[in-house]
Amino acid sequence: MEAIKTEGLGKVYKSGFKKIKALENLSLSIGGGEVFGFLGPNAAGKTTTIKILTHLTFPTSGSAWVLGEAVGSPNVKHRIGYLPENPSFYPNLTAVELLSFYSQLFGLSGRRCRERIKELLNMVGLEQAGKLSVGSYSKGMLQRIGMAQSLLNDPDLVILDEPLAGVDPVGRKSLRDLILRLKKAGKTVFFSTHILQDVELICDRVGILINGRLVSVGRLADILTEQVESIEITGRDVSRDAFEGLNRIALHLVGDSDKWMVVVKDDAAVDRVWEIVSLGKGKINSIVPRTRTLEDHFIEKMRE
Amino acid sequence: MGILAIAFNTFREGVKEKIFYAIVIFGIIIMGSSRVISSLSLGEVEKITKDLGLATISLLGLLVAIFVGTKLVYEEISRKTIYTIVSKPITRSQFILGKYLGLILIISVTLAILTGFFCLVVYLNLGTLSLPLLGAIALIFLELAVITSVAIFFSTFTSPISSALFTVGIWVVGHFSGDLKALVQMSPSSLVKATSIFLYYLVPNLSNFNIRGEVVHEVSVPRLFLVFSTVYGIVYTTVVILISSLIFRRRSF
Repeated sequence: MEAIKTEGLGKVYKSGFKKIKALENLSLSIGGGEVFGFLGPNAAGKTTTIKILTHLTFPTSGSAWVLGEAVGSPNVKHRIGYLPENPSFYPNLTAVELLSFYSQLFGLSGRRCRERIKELLNMVGLEQAGKLSVGSYSKGMLQRIGMAQSLLNDPDLVILDEPLAGVDPVGRKSLRDLILRLKKAGKTVFFSTHILQDVELICDRVGILINGRLVSVGRLADILTEQVESIEITGRDVSRDAFEGLNRIALHLVGDSDKWMVVVKDDAAVDRVWEIVSLGKGKINSIVPRTRTLEDHFIEKMRE
Repeated sequence: MGILAIAFNTFREGVKEKIFYAIVIFGIIIMGSSRVISSLSLGEVEKITKDLGLATISLLGLLVAIFVGTKLVYEEISRKTIYTIVSKPITRSQFILGKYLGLILIISVTLAILTGFFCLVVYLNLGTLSLPLLGAIALIFLELAVITSVAIFFSTFTSPISSALFTVGIWVVGHFSGDLKALVQMSPSSLVKATSIFLYYLVPNLSNFNIRGEVVHEVSVPRLFLVFSTVYGIVYTTVVILISSLIFRRRSF
C-alpha cells in the first residue's frame, strides 16, 4: 500500500483579483518504508503539497490519499506525524507540558504518555530542557521539540517540512540520524528540503518540484550515476603560453598561470593537459573525476 | 478528550494575559469604592452597592470576553500554532468548541473572583446577602456566554480589532433589541421595518439576561422568564458555535 498518493493535485491561491498557481497536476506515489525527499527552490509548491496532505489547506483540483485513506480522515491523523516549517508553539508552556498537551489530542494519557514524552525528549536531545518554557528555546531546539511532537503517536508516516533548515551542523546530523532510525523502524518519511547534501545522505527517492510542477522523480541511485561527467585538474607554475593552451581545451578554467584549476571532458583531454603542463614546465597537484551530483541534476532541471 | 485538552490549554494561555489581571484588579477597586460612592448619596447605600457591583461584574466580564475572545482563534492562525493542532486527530469543530469552553472557563474564574468580592462588599455594607443577587450574576454569565460565542464567531474570519468592534456592536444592538421591535411598529418606511426585523431576529436579545434593575429594587422575577432566558442563551450560543465551526471547517491555513 502506498503511504502517499496524489492524482492531478492542483492548488490556486487568490490574491485580490490575481490567481496564483501554487501547484499544478501533481501525481505522486510514495511506497511504505521509503524516505522521500521533496526538493525545490523557494515557492516551488512544497509546503502547499504538505499542507494539503496534512489537511491544513484544500486542493482546488485532484485528489490525495494518505495511508490508503482520504486526506483528513481521523484514522489517518492518528497514524501521521507532522513537523511544519519554522514550527511555532505556545511560548508559555514547558516542553513537557507542550508534549503532554499534544498527547491528549491523540488520546494518550497516564504513565505510558509520561514515559513516551521522556523517551522522545531523550531521542531529540532535550532531556535537560524539558522543564524550560518553549519561548526560551533556540531555533534548533524548536526544531527538535517539533520533531518530538511529530513522533508522539509513533506514526507510520512522518511528514517533515524543511526539518533541517536553520539547524547547526551537529543538530542536522542528529536529525538526519533520527530520520534514518525511523526508516530502520519501517516508517515512511516524506520531507521537503533545499539542502541537497542531506538528501543524498538519507533519501531513497527524490522528487523535484519547480513552479508547482513535478519535473523529476526517481531513485537517487538512478539520478546519481557513477558515470564520470568531467575531470577536475589542479596545478601550478606553468608558462603563460601553456596557460593559454589549457584555456583552449578546458570546459572551464579558473586561476592564473601560478595556480589554476581546469575542468576537462575526458581522458584524452587529461593526456593533453599533461602534455601542455610538461611543456610549460608546470606541475599537476590533483586529478579528480567528477560524477553527477544531485546538485547537478537539480540545477539542470531548474534550467530546463 | 481533545476538546478538553484544547479548553484547558486555552484557559492556561488566557490567564497568562496581563489584561486578565488588570481587569480583575480594576473590578475589585471599583466594587471596593462603592462604600465611598454610596456615602455621597444619603439612603442609597443598598441600591448603589448592588447596582455598581452588578454593573462592574457585567462590564468587566464583557471586557474579558472581547479582549481574550477576539484574539483566541486569530492568534492560533497568525502564530501558526494551529498547524500542529489541526493535523492531529481533532476536528476543526472540536477545536472551536474547545476554544469556546476554554474562554468560558476564563470568564467563570473572572466572575467567581468578582462575585466573591462583590458578596463581601455587600455583606460589609448591608450586613446581609440575598439570593436574587446570585440569580442576576447567573444571567450575566449567560449573557457573557452568548457574547463569547459571538466573539469566537468573528475571530474565525477577521482580525482581532474588527472582531472586537463587531462584537461590541452586537452587544450594543443586543441591549436595544426591544427598541428595534418598537421601531418596526412606529416606522412608516418598509426598508427601516425590514432592517429592524432582520436585526431583531439576528442579534441576540440581551435584555433577556438583564434582571439587575429588578434585583436592585427587590422586584420578583417570574421563574418562567429565567427558564426562557436560560434556554434562549443555550440555543443562541449553540447556533453561533455551529456556524463558526462551519466557517472554520472551510478555512485554509
